[in-house]
Amino acid sequence: MTDPIRDHDRTADLFADIRPPGQDELQVLHLRLEVTAEAKGLLDVAYRTVDTPVGTLLLAATPAGLVRVAYEREGLDGVLEGLARQLSPRILSAPQRTDAAARQLEEYFAGDRNRFDLPLDLSLSRGFRRTVLSYLPRIGYGKTASYGEVAAAVHNPKAVRAVGTACATNPLPLIVPCHRVIRTDGLIGSYLAGPEVKQQLLDLEAGA
Amino acid sequence: MTARPPFEEVVSRHGPTVLRVCRAVVGPVDADDAWSETFLSALQAYPRLPADANLEAWLVTIAHRKAIDVTRRAARGAIPVADPPLQATRRGTDDRDLDLARSLAALPEKQRFAVVYHYLGGLPYREVAVIIGGSIESARRAAADGIANLRRTQGTRS
Repeated sequence: MTDPIRDHDRTADLFADIRPPGQDELQVLHLRLEVTAEAKGLLDVAYRTVDTPVGTLLLAATPAGLVRVAYEREGLDGVLEGLARQLSPRILSAPQRTDAAARQLEEYFAGDRNRFDLPLDLSLSRGFRRTVLSYLPRIGYGKTASYGEVAAAVHNPKAVRAVGTACATNPLPLIVPCHRVIRTDGLIGSYLAGPEVKQQLLDLEAGA
Repeated sequence: MTARPPFEEVVSRHGPTVLRVCRAVVGPVDADDAWSETFLSALQAYPRLPADANLEAWLVTIAHRKAIDVTRRAARGAIPVADPPLQATRRGTDDRDLDLARSLAALPEKQRFAVVYHYLGGLPYREVAVIIGGSIESARRAAADGIANLRRTQGTRS
């Protein structure tokens, strides 16, 4: 009888000759997978990350449009797991689909763009929250509105708190400008990436 | 519904092993095609995969089918799998890889699959038997015979 464990150890040297694939080889294969998956309609969510003045951002898109923008402090692995659960686990790192979003964000942070022109997929938000998010792009670049004003604008003036919740759970921050919604007393209020980032965005838009 | 990890995680965790398995089964030249077809099929079926499935065994099973497809296509195209032309030595494929690929290609099919899936794919014989058919004991025997044959051919190569 041979000892299967010792036998396995002795056999390992036979395969030492097949070296582990290099990163560059795997990258080429990955790119090929991205392209074929997209062509065959199997890529339900394509994502990438971009570096910006407010930190690393995750951009994720379905075939319908940009579906999620996430700040690093939200925990990008957790965000992707959430997308797998809520949308589809057919998720690949594939930057092509979010090229336009990445370019427009770069222009925005350079001060060269004051509105985003991108197909959006709002399927991660429903009901009143979705109504609020659909309204927010009407608050123009460099302007602000209070939570109460937004509540009134969507014909639900008592829903001030719910407007705050809609902003706090905005799946498309920056693109859907929840950072332009501030407190009635003039304080800037909270922001999912922290109040200092909200201030930074308002300063950028004020041309400061 | 239990959550499945994003498919990207499956590719980064298992992609390297599946590529080694493909290289060992179909040789370095056709391995890229086999790998690509494996992960495309896997992506398609992924949402329906039972959440408690053994991902590695599942991928190797798909790779096994794709490898057979690729080998048949190569045979129809009259490309000699067991004796790849020297030009096939491209980036990422050194001569030792080709030596082992030749020795593996020379093994009877069942031995080759059993050796590769157990030793390169890391699958227990229970899973190997499911993929290649037959009993656990016959999978174990095929792997042992395959290793003995490989030792002989690799040992005689100067």
